[in-house]
Amino acid sequence: MRQTVGGGGGTRRTNPRRSWGEAVVTRLIQTSGYSAIVFVGLIFFFLVREGLPAVFQVPLGDLFSARWYPIEEYFGVLPLISGSLIVTAGAMAVAIPFGIGTAVFISEIAPRWAREILKPLVELLGGLPSVVLGFLGILVLSPFLRRALDLPTGLTALAGSLLLGGIAVPTIVSIAEDALDAVPKSYREAALALGATRWQTIWGVTLPAARSGVMTAIMLGIGRTIGETMAVMMVTGNAPVLALRLASIVSPVRTMTATIAAEMGEVATGSQHYHVLFFIGMLLFVISLIVNVIASAVVFRQRTRAERVLS
Amino acid sequence: MTQAIHVPPSPDITDGGQYRAGSIRRQLVQRAGFALLSLMAVATVVPIVLVIAYIVQQAAPAITWDFLTGFPREGMRQGGILPAIIGTFYLTLGTAVFSVPLGVAAAVYLAEYAKDNTLTRLIRVAIINLAGIPSVVYGLFGLGLFVLFLRFGTSILSASLTLSIMTLPVIISASEEALRAVPQAFRTVSVSLGGTRWQTIWRIVLPQAVPGILTGVILGLERAAGETAPILFTGAAFFLPRLPNSPLDATMALPYHLFVISTQVPEMPLQIQYGTALVLIGFVLGMNLVATIIRSRARARRQW
Repeated sequence: MRQTVGGGGGTRRTNPRRSWGEAVVTRLIQTSGYSAIVFVGLIFFFLVREGLPAVFQVPLGDLFSARWYPIEEYFGVLPLISGSLIVTAGAMAVAIPFGIGTAVFISEIAPRWAREILKPLVELLGGLPSVVLGFLGILVLSPFLRRALDLPTGLTALAGSLLLGGIAVPTIVSIAEDALDAVPKSYREAALALGATRWQTIWGVTLPAARSGVMTAIMLGIGRTIGETMAVMMVTGNAPVLALRLASIVSPVRTMTATIAAEMGEVATGSQHYHVLFFIGMLLFVISLIVNVIASAVVFRQRTRAERVLS
Repeated sequence: MTQAIHVPPSPDITDGGQYRAGSIRRQLVQRAGFALLSLMAVATVVPIVLVIAYIVQQAAPAITWDFLTGFPREGMRQGGILPAIIGTFYLTLGTAVFSVPLGVAAAVYLAEYAKDNTLTRLIRVAIINLAGIPSVVYGLFGLGLFVLFLRFGTSILSASLTLSIMTLPVIISASEEALRAVPQAFRTVSVSLGGTRWQTIWRIVLPQAVPGILTGVILGLERAAGETAPILFTGAAFFLPRLPNSPLDATMALPYHLFVISTQVPEMPLQIQYGTALVLIGFVLGMNLVATIIRSRARARRQW
């Protein structure tokens, strides 16, 4: 029987085999703990390894030009970047008001029964594979848009924006709702006690107090949208033209993600085209890094402020 | 301060109706605002219901025994989608094999071992970034590392490894949360009875956290099962006349199959397309349902 217990020292008799096993397990767990860093490093390394040669093979001026036509070795990525931007902007125009509106409704206004219905449904939307949304986009949404707006084709940036808005909404709703939930109840009570209506409380007190969490929700929604591939590839019409005018929203575009997905299967490994596609992957990686750093920096600021208040 | 303080409406206020007028206006604004927000919530949710109902309605005639257990025929325009169903099953299983042990171990490290230092913060930043990397970039990475560098080829192995790294952040965060939810007293008691740190984790903490971990694992795998972009260049096959024989074979998969038949095959019967979409949704939402059931049952049974 073991007699003493203590911080691993002194009279305690330890079974050498067990402590050896324990050391191995601890090491394994520690290594797994570091794995996330290793993987981010590996991903970056392989993107750079395959993507950086593009910079040496294609002159920078050509790489950042407005013509993407790989068959004749035009590798200008600007149309793709503009495509990603316009689709994302459109998606946010849909997803921010609807996402935040739904989050406020769920967290502040809805009676319990409505909340119990709304939350699982929004999660359901988050669980739908994007390829299914793309599929419906082709069969239902784009024919509808073509008829409703009298366009030559329904496969446009607008169709992509609407679908991506739907994909971003669950992300925005769940994070914004968490942020609203985290606002102390006493804030609301104080506002109501001062005679504010519930509506004034929401706009004047609760939302401003949850501001940083709501910003995080929006940033992560943007990240989700820029990175989305399948739905956007299926409905945006795949035309790599520079989308700079407002009218571009109702014309076909092509995003960075869609270009990689559509063309990587057909290029020869190690060709110029192959390296340029990896270069686009590098750009996407950097964009997602920036978006996530901003999103977590916002959260971080909120935490330090909370710590300041508490201390 | 000279500013007047608003007083809640009460019957004996006599200010010539001024307060009441303002109050009525504010009530109207609130009514309109609430109506607007509830409309927005409804507008967000109704399309989801419609989408699923529409797919079910369109797909119902296609779902036959032959469709679920048969091979595609006539250039995929007839027959069933068995290879795609089995393929998605293999990919999900393969993803679980790699991501579950690694993800749970990483969560144990973060919840039980890690000190609050720069390294730990770096790990958390890395996890957040893994979660945010676009799925198609995972595809590129899998192509670069597993398919080409490690020479696994386009195979179930490469695709599963790619998907498991993508799934890792979901599993780590959910498992860490589940581990942290286990009350500190459990650990204290175990250690005070002479248990080592690892014994405490293995016999006391982990069993208590299993439902939470399982929920996270299933939600992570659900996402992996529905993803197309990461497997595009790492393991998905356009068409295979047989089932894969080994992890080094490429495979058909439901999401990729849906993409193929809805964009790459001309004159594809709509019924088969909707049928495939419904099977994919059923696969994914079925997993979601299992996770929800585990979560609510564990919550009901929990003693702490």
